[in-house]
Amino acid sequence: MSSSLPVVRSALRTFAIYGVYIGASILFVIPFVWALSGSLKNPYQLELFPPEWIPDPVLWRNYAEIWTIVPLGRFMWNTFFIAVLSLVGQLFTASMVAYGFAKFRFPGRDVLFLLMLSTLMLPIHVSLIPRFVLFYKLKWVDTFLPLIVPNYFGGSAFAIFLLRQFFRNLPKEMDDAARIDGAGYWRIFFQILLPLSRSALIALTILGFLADWEDFLQPLIYLQSTEKLTVSIGLRFLAVTASSDISGDPTTHLLMAASIVSSLPPILLYVVAQRQLVQGLVLTGSKG
Amino acid sequence: MSHRTMHGAPTRESLTARISRPFRLGVLGWYEARWGLFFITPWILGFLLFQFGPMLASVYFSFTDYNVLRPARWVGLDNYQYMVTTDPRFWKAIQVTVYYVVLRVPPTIVGALICAIILNQSIRGRVVYRTLFFIPSITPGVAAILVWTWVLNPHYGLLNYTLDQVGIEGPSWLGDPDWAVPSLVMLGVWGSIGGTSAIIFLSALQDIPESLVDAARVDGATWLREQLHITIPLLTPAIFFVLVLTIIGTFQAFTAAFVSTNGGPAYATYFLVLHLYERAFQSFQMGYASALAWVLVAFLLVFTYLQIQGSNRWVHYGGD
Repeated sequence: MSSSLPVVRSALRTFAIYGVYIGASILFVIPFVWALSGSLKNPYQLELFPPEWIPDPVLWRNYAEIWTIVPLGRFMWNTFFIAVLSLVGQLFTASMVAYGFAKFRFPGRDVLFLLMLSTLMLPIHVSLIPRFVLFYKLKWVDTFLPLIVPNYFGGSAFAIFLLRQFFRNLPKEMDDAARIDGAGYWRIFFQILLPLSRSALIALTILGFLADWEDFLQPLIYLQSTEKLTVSIGLRFLAVTASSDISGDPTTHLLMAASIVSSLPPILLYVVAQRQLVQGLVLTGSKG
Repeated sequence: MSHRTMHGAPTRESLTARISRPFRLGVLGWYEARWGLFFITPWILGFLLFQFGPMLASVYFSFTDYNVLRPARWVGLDNYQYMVTTDPRFWKAIQVTVYYVVLRVPPTIVGALICAIILNQSIRGRVVYRTLFFIPSITPGVAAILVWTWVLNPHYGLLNYTLDQVGIEGPSWLGDPDWAVPSLVMLGVWGSIGGTSAIIFLSALQDIPESLVDAARVDGATWLREQLHITIPLLTPAIFFVLVLTIIGTFQAFTAAFVSTNGGPAYATYFLVLHLYERAFQSFQMGYASALAWVLVAFLLVFTYLQIQGSNRWVHYGGD
């Protein structure tokens, strides 16, 4: 009895862990399954009670229809375009600033760095309204510029923080050696630091893309014309304008199809790139 | 991970070093300092143009009547006075927001902690589970909201169907003033507990020295006791960090209510930021909306201060 108890206990423990794992996974995934099922029905099937998990018939054509009732492809392209242009500016200028904070000594450096970190805690709302006024006066409302241009000024405090950690962890001998060879700071930056930081830069690219795909408040404020909307705003536009079609039937099936399609790019990106993401963040964060 | 690096030794050391030994720059030092300042110039410009400058303007706007088209007119403290005495929606918005924070934060932290602890067990297929847990947090917010609106549909939704199976008649969730905030809490918790907070906890868990856990096991501690007496106390700095960030984030809730209920029913989900948005961008009361933004900041400061004060009592910083 006493010898079999640990075995029983460890079997029970494994059983409990698997139970929790699988239960939690179901809770996380089931809304998607429900949405997928709804996206393949018609309004009549949606209102069946009890609901059918596997629709009969399966209406794949809903996935063809969503591209025509709103310019969903256009929304996705716009978001992609904004994300790419923002990331170019963000990664380049954040690396520059991180290099300045990591490898140079100058008066006020630590105070400025703390100031930069403290902006992470500030809600965007204290600058939102004057920024809107500024961009309104510049006639940038209903263009992508307010969403892109600010990224060319150091990007995000988070990116700077992460890259600075990364640069500080690189051995100082490396750039000393380059200095002795007569390389200027720009060359050290471009030819040594940036290539070595690939994993951190890739991680930031993934995070930045996910954030831009998700962003809501700013595009909501700045974008007005339908053909300029981003995915998030476009989905909401679809939900508001198409809550029922001309005949008065609910269009939940189309909303579900559009939700699933617009969730695919970030989810696929994460699944494909999660190893790089974790690697980049671990390399940066673990050794403070 | 970052709680360490933010309060960690390097910054404090270099700060004290700077105070005790004032900067004396030689020729080489000036050369280096100039380049350093050059490299951080983009951030300095961005800070002045898009953060500090706008913040000053926002303070000024909050004392004016301003609708963008006509010049701002100074009104002193009128905006703040109107807010606390006359605005029919302000106190409702505060009440709704605080209620949401109180309801939302505990399950988010506890859930993320549980996710991290179970993801930290050595078990086959861990990467798959980690991906499954993480997916809700990278699902675009609006898509998640639309999906949940369908799950919570009072007549044909999954949740009420499931409740019906066990003989419970479900409420109309987002359509019911009493259940609208809990519905948004459910949606928010689903979309966040497997995400960044869980990852922060997970990396803190992986920093716990094996030897401590082994010692506890040799002493015959059960799994639960090990979690309660060793793991969780060692995680308190990470919990504190996540708690502060979660409260700050939750106070700024906007998208879910804006998309699913637009503040209703009967203003049950009328968050402070929704109020701010409507005043600023629907009725163009930029001055009044700026005042609301500063009230939001004041709330965040007070809450964060209280948490820092209270943290001595439960956060254990390691001896390092």
